This record gives sequence, C-alpha cells and structure tokens, in this order.
Amino acid sequence: MRNVLFIVNKELRSSFNSPVALVTITIFTALIGYYFYNIFASFSTLSFQAQTNPVEAKQYGALNVTEFVIRPFFGIMSLVLLIMLPMLTMRSFAEEKKSGTMELLLTFPVRDIEAIMGKFFGCLALFFLMLALTFPCMALVAYFGEPEWGVIGAGYVGMVLLASAFIAMGLFMSSITENQIVAAILSFAALLVLYMIGYTAAYAGEWLNVILSYLSFTAHFESFAKGVIDTSDVNYYLLFVIFFLFLSMRSLESKRWRG
Amino acid sequence: MIEVEGLTKTYGEARGIDNISFHVERGEILGFLGPNGAGKTTTMRILTCFMPATGGKATVAGYDIFEESLKVRSRIGYLPETVPLYTDMQPPSYLAFVAGLKGLPYRRIKPRVEEVMEQVGLTHMAHKYIGELSKGYRQRVGLAQALINDPEVLILDEPTIGLDPKQIVEIRSLIKGLGGERTIILSSHILPEVSMVCERLIIIDEGKVKAMDTTANLLKGMGTAVRVEARIGGPADEVEKELGALAGVRVVTRTAPSNGELAARYLVEFANGDGGGHLISRLAARHAWDLYELIPAKLTLEDIFIKVVTKEEGVAS
Repeated sequence: MRNVLFIVNKELRSSFNSPVALVTITIFTALIGYYFYNIFASFSTLSFQAQTNPVEAKQYGALNVTEFVIRPFFGIMSLVLLIMLPMLTMRSFAEEKKSGTMELLLTFPVRDIEAIMGKFFGCLALFFLMLALTFPCMALVAYFGEPEWGVIGAGYVGMVLLASAFIAMGLFMSSITENQIVAAILSFAALLVLYMIGYTAAYAGEWLNVILSYLSFTAHFESFAKGVIDTSDVNYYLLFVIFFLFLSMRSLESKRWRG
Repeated sequence: MIEVEGLTKTYGEARGIDNISFHVERGEILGFLGPNGAGKTTTMRILTCFMPATGGKATVAGYDIFEESLKVRSRIGYLPETVPLYTDMQPPSYLAFVAGLKGLPYRRIKPRVEEVMEQVGLTHMAHKYIGELSKGYRQRVGLAQALINDPEVLILDEPTIGLDPKQIVEIRSLIKGLGGERTIILSSHILPEVSMVCERLIIIDEGKVKAMDTTANLLKGMGTAVRVEARIGGPADEVEKELGALAGVRVVTRTAPSNGELAARYLVEFANGDGGGHLISRLAARHAWDLYELIPAKLTLEDIFIKVVTKEEGVAS
C-alpha cells in the first residue's frame, strides 16, 4: 500500500513536470466545454420553441434536462475519454522500458502488483482531476434548470468505472510494447472495437448477439446515463479492470524471464 | 555475503552465462572483469533480482535471490550500466521516491536524501531536473539512489563508463571510500580501474569464469616475467643478437626507429628475477653503444587479462 502511494505520487509529479498531463487535461476540458455548450444551447432553443408553439412541443415528448442535456453529456464524455485516456496511459510502462528505468524499478523491493496498482491509480488520479473540471457544467445546469441529482451521480459513477476500464486496457497495451505510439494506437483500437461491438450485435445470430452485447462498453454504460446503477454493469467494469491488470502483471513477469 | 553456485542463464538458444560460481566476503570489493558481452551485466541483473536465472542458486546477504527476492532487494543498491533515471524529476524528489520504495520510514526520508546528496556531491544541483544534468552528475544521482537505503551490498555495473578523466577519478575515490563496511561488486572492462579499486578479481569471458583470485595473486600467478624496454643506438642486428644472448632473456622484439629518432627500440622479456636492466646497460657500455632509454615494464593486468582469455581459447580450438 505504501509503495503504491509512493508510485502514485511519483506518477503525478512526473506527469505535471512534463506537458503530457496539462495538454491532455486542457484538451479534454475544452472539448467537453464545447459539447456541453452545444447541447445546452440547443436544449434552451427547443424549450423556447416548445413554449411558444404547443403543437411542436408534442413531438418532443417530455422535454426535460435529464433526457436532453445530462444523458447526451455523459455519452459525449465517454467518447472523448476513449480518445484521451490512451494518451495518458501510453507512457506508463512503455517509457520506463524504453529508457531503462524499468530495470531499476523492478530491482527495488516492490512487488509487480504494487507497481501496476501505482500506475493504475496514478492515471486514475489524473482522470479524477479531469472529471472534477466538468463539475461547472453540471452547476450551470442546476442554476438554470432542475436536474435530477441521482442521474448525475449515477452518470459520474459510470464515468469512473468506464475510465477505469479504459485505463486498465491502456496499461496492458503499454506493458506489451516499448513504443508509446504503438501502445496508444493498440489501446485506442481495442477500446474502439469494444465501444462499437454493440452495433454488430443487432445483426448477429441469437447467441452471438448476447455475447457481443454483453462485451460492449456502450450497453453497460447506458443504464448509468439513465440513472440506474445495476450491479451486473458494475461487475462488468470491475471484472474488465481486474482482467487487464492481471494481464499486465503477467506481461511484466514474462518480460523478467525473457530478460 | 554473496554466494553464487552454478548460476546459468540462457536466452532461448543463446547462452548468457554458464555455470558461474563465486563468493564474496562481507566488506570486500570484488571486480568483475571481462570484454563486452561476456556476461557481467547478466550476472548482476540476476543478483539484483531483475531477472531470474535459468539454473543454479545464489544468496545475497543470506537470502535466496529467487525465493526471498523482496528481502534481497531491500538490502542492495544497484547502479545499472545505462544509469536509467526519470529525467523529468529533480534529484531530491527522485531520491525521496526511491527512499520510500526502499522502505525508509517517512521521517527518515528527507534527512537521508540530504545526507546522500552531500556524500556524492550533488547538493548544488538540487534545483535542476535530472534531464538537464551532465553525464557525471547523473552518475552521481545513480550512485545516490543506490546508496539511499544504506545497503549491505552494492552492485555497480560499469560505474565510470562515459565519464571524463577527472570525473572518473572522483567517482572511483568515492567508490573506494564506500568499501570497508559494505560489500561491493563492480564490473568494468577497464583494467587499471579494477586493479586500483578491487581487492579481488573475477575474469569472465563468454559467460564462463576464466580466473578468480586476489589482484596480487593474479599478478604473481602469471610468473615473474619482467619486460624491459630499451632504446639503443648501434648496429641494429648486432644489438638484437647480443641482447638475445644475455642471461635469462626469453624474447627480444625489435621496433624500427620512429620519426626523428636515431635508435631502434628493443623489447626484452626476461624469464624471472628483477629483470636485466643492469645487464643491458653493461652491454651497451661494453660495446660503446648509446643507451637512450631503459624502461622496466612489469606485467600489467592487461597482459594477465589477454593471457587468461586467449590461453583458454587456445585450448579450446
């Protein structure tokens, strides 16, 4: 535990001494802000029109912030994270292997699992900072409307779980290569496949359909965006994280044996 | 302190090291000598628990390197050849990170970092990033991280490689100063270096131990052959013949005079004794030849090294 904290601390220090963290966080915040503005502006236009034209209002059904602002907001955020998080995770192990610092790290009295947990929580801590910077968007919604706080809370819980899964995948990809670019591309590709696999499910056979939609990120995220925290979805993300952290550990171990 | 028995490491088909055995006493400085690719780094990586061996056993500070790897790792300090450091950190925060991982109690970390920085002469570089430091200072940071946990065993892989002569002298005296209480293994392919710092030497080549003894014994074991270099002005053929006829002379090698010199050089190898410098000077006087230079040259570690390595090759082929 102590070792994990030391590694998290070092990861954060390193990230802020290099431009990586600042660039990633800035771009993430700018993109989210831009999308939020668009979503919120279009919702206010719609509400205004609905007020003046009751006939038109009917075709939108229930016009509320949860449905028209909060749900798309989290949907967009998941997509932006899919692109940004591999940039944060790509260096974790790839850089250490390339520069040789891995050799020293692995000769310190640190268990492999501690090194991996340190990297994982280091990335997660940066992600929490990114997430905290989106709170003002929700504050704006609360100022102008009456959002359902339960839905927002569930959405953020879902975001944390989703990001943990993205980070675990990114760490694994970073542990199998020495090249940061390769690590980023691999994790981006793998995440994208899991993100889109749900679309294929619609055309697949009966049993394949079940498997594909179970594997899909989106299917498991939708309930969070609706304000439902379903244990089966939580389990999916936790299993995903554990599985890929385990693979990273194996990958480090095999690197030791091969020298 | 360190016991190594039949250590073997294979990389697929290729052999890294083959059946290496040795032991190091507490407080001893052991030199690891060998050409590049001989297996020095591989042996050190195994001893520091960076990678497991394919065969054999080793204990460091009484703990098995495979079974009790964490205990071993908290008792050693390791400086890899490439001195890998996090370039985007400053020395104090980097050293504090290492100190933490090596298990120093929280309140001891800061004073210990300051202590070690003082010891290796880094204090005035504290505000710089490691990436901005020169090679010599990076080496000091590397040495500092190895020392931070006050380790019983220090393993240094080519600690002076790539440094300028002044830095080499500084780092070398620093290492020598660390001996006594600590057990040190040091690898190098620079022979005078190990002979200056180390009490005992292991010569390895192609993954095998070729020789192992104290530096003094290795010199003695090579016989007491002594070489004398003489520059003599006179009829070259005759000088060479007369030199060869001196008592105890084994070989005479003649080198033609180089630019601007009048006399040829002769390398005379005497079988034993103090050498025959006095015989040469008497010979020159008797014949009224001009004696320009007379330099006695003892067998150096280079000679031992080349002899050990090439002798084995001769037997094998």
